[in-house]
Amino acid sequence: MAERVVILGGGTGGTLIANRLRRVLRSSAEIVVIDPDDEHIYQPGLLFVPFGRAEPGSLTRRRHRQFRPGVTFRQDAVDRVDLDKNEVLLAGGASVAYDVLVIATGARLVPEETDGLTGPGWMEKVFTFYTLDGAAALRQALARFDGGRLAVAVMDMPIKCPVAPLEFCFLADSYFRGRGIRDEVRLTYVTPLDGAFTKPVCDRELSGLLTDKDIDLVTEFNTGEVDGAGGRLVSFDGREVPFDLAVVVPLHGGQAYVERSPGLGDELGFVPTDQRTLQSKAHSNVFVIGDAADIPTSKAGSVAHFEGEVVARNIARYLAGEPLDAAFDGHTNCFIESGAGKALLIDFNYGTEPLTGHFPGRIGLPLLRQSRLNHLGKLAFGWLYWHVLLPGREIPAVHSRMPEDGKRFSAAAPR
Amino acid sequence: MPTVTYAGTAVIVNDEGFFTDPAQWREEMAPLIARQEGLTELSERHWQVIKFMRHEYEAKGTGPTVRVLGKTSGVSVKELYQLFPHGPAKEAAKIAGIPKPRGCV
Repeated sequence: MAERVVILGGGTGGTLIANRLRRVLRSSAEIVVIDPDDEHIYQPGLLFVPFGRAEPGSLTRRRHRQFRPGVTFRQDAVDRVDLDKNEVLLAGGASVAYDVLVIATGARLVPEETDGLTGPGWMEKVFTFYTLDGAAALRQALARFDGGRLAVAVMDMPIKCPVAPLEFCFLADSYFRGRGIRDEVRLTYVTPLDGAFTKPVCDRELSGLLTDKDIDLVTEFNTGEVDGAGGRLVSFDGREVPFDLAVVVPLHGGQAYVERSPGLGDELGFVPTDQRTLQSKAHSNVFVIGDAADIPTSKAGSVAHFEGEVVARNIARYLAGEPLDAAFDGHTNCFIESGAGKALLIDFNYGTEPLTGHFPGRIGLPLLRQSRLNHLGKLAFGWLYWHVLLPGREIPAVHSRMPEDGKRFSAAAPR
Repeated sequence: MPTVTYAGTAVIVNDEGFFTDPAQWREEMAPLIARQEGLTELSERHWQVIKFMRHEYEAKGTGPTVRVLGKTSGVSVKELYQLFPHGPAKEAAKIAGIPKPRGCV
């Protein structure tokens, strides 16, 4: 009998794994993708919307148009998964049986979990650029902003694209310079971490950039309350950061159906996953790709891309009754916009922090250093996303495993 | 790595004072570590969190974050900060003799 692979989520991970599986599995295997809506958002573009450098309408396409022939798309909401019966129960009451299930439903923003965040002032002087509506509304608010205190705050980890709020600060600095009002604006970056970034070499570089651009850094700030009316962030330990305009990254969790599915998720709704094979710890026929997993990588599209090869191979092996390949190394690759038409590039994995050098080899894009080339790389990535990543193809010279050639490992030694 | 003596036993800690080997920890060490952190007394609520931290570490290999503690320990995040004013996840982990909770990337 033909096998059926059901993929929950038609975003970055779900789309690319459906297309990869269509190539890897025999044609009799059925591949079904389920998602409650048909709008695929190019999330890396959201960062540019508030500054008028990307149009909201240009970032979305139809989900169902991104699949190869032979992939079935069902527009349905999922109520829960019954792991024992190998069944997905849909919100309408129908059920879909599977031989293999892929969880690709990403992370969900839960702003309501922070006291006051969605209360008075929300979408008036407190915004997020992590949604299309929020990014578009923030553009209007920035255009009206003539000076004062702008706080950019991360509520708590984990978040999607952990460098995005830093990029927002750098781009805001450029934006206000461009408008000739940078001196009127006090920019503050507020983070629950003990530095600008978690990894030492990268932290030094990004902290230096914040200083150069005259952006204040407030660390170890766990926001307990956002007081929109009073214009202040209040931490659990009683500290305050005042603001006239706040840009926050809300708390993230997994999807609600994960929480409704006994045995599938953890306390936050993410799915416990083997970090090398990408098989779920809950059930041997459940695999996880992208932000939905609890593994210690960044929640980023590049990670889903690098995971794709391993997940596709392991699903094929599972169906063939062969042992899985523990091949995923945690490879992550991110462009960091630093303003004024420049960007940095970082490339790292479970064992290697972001280092200086070049990518993908000794000749290539400069790592952890501002350059015009990296900015162009970031812009080019939009095309690669729709035409190479989502179809499940390889980027020339860029592999699932992190390249070591070109990296300066001596830079990791403490200064 | 530095060595510190608690309740007559020499234990290895890292530069920030976190145990490197949680098996070296015993309950009578907790009040001594707490005192170094400026907590003069450990209440029943403190112990509830400390025991929960140990349990989570043994089950998952890493201590919970503040947010997870608030959702699962039976103690709200607000109260956690009252109990452990220097940051609950880190301070309770230190007193419970487990490594510093792994930060997220």
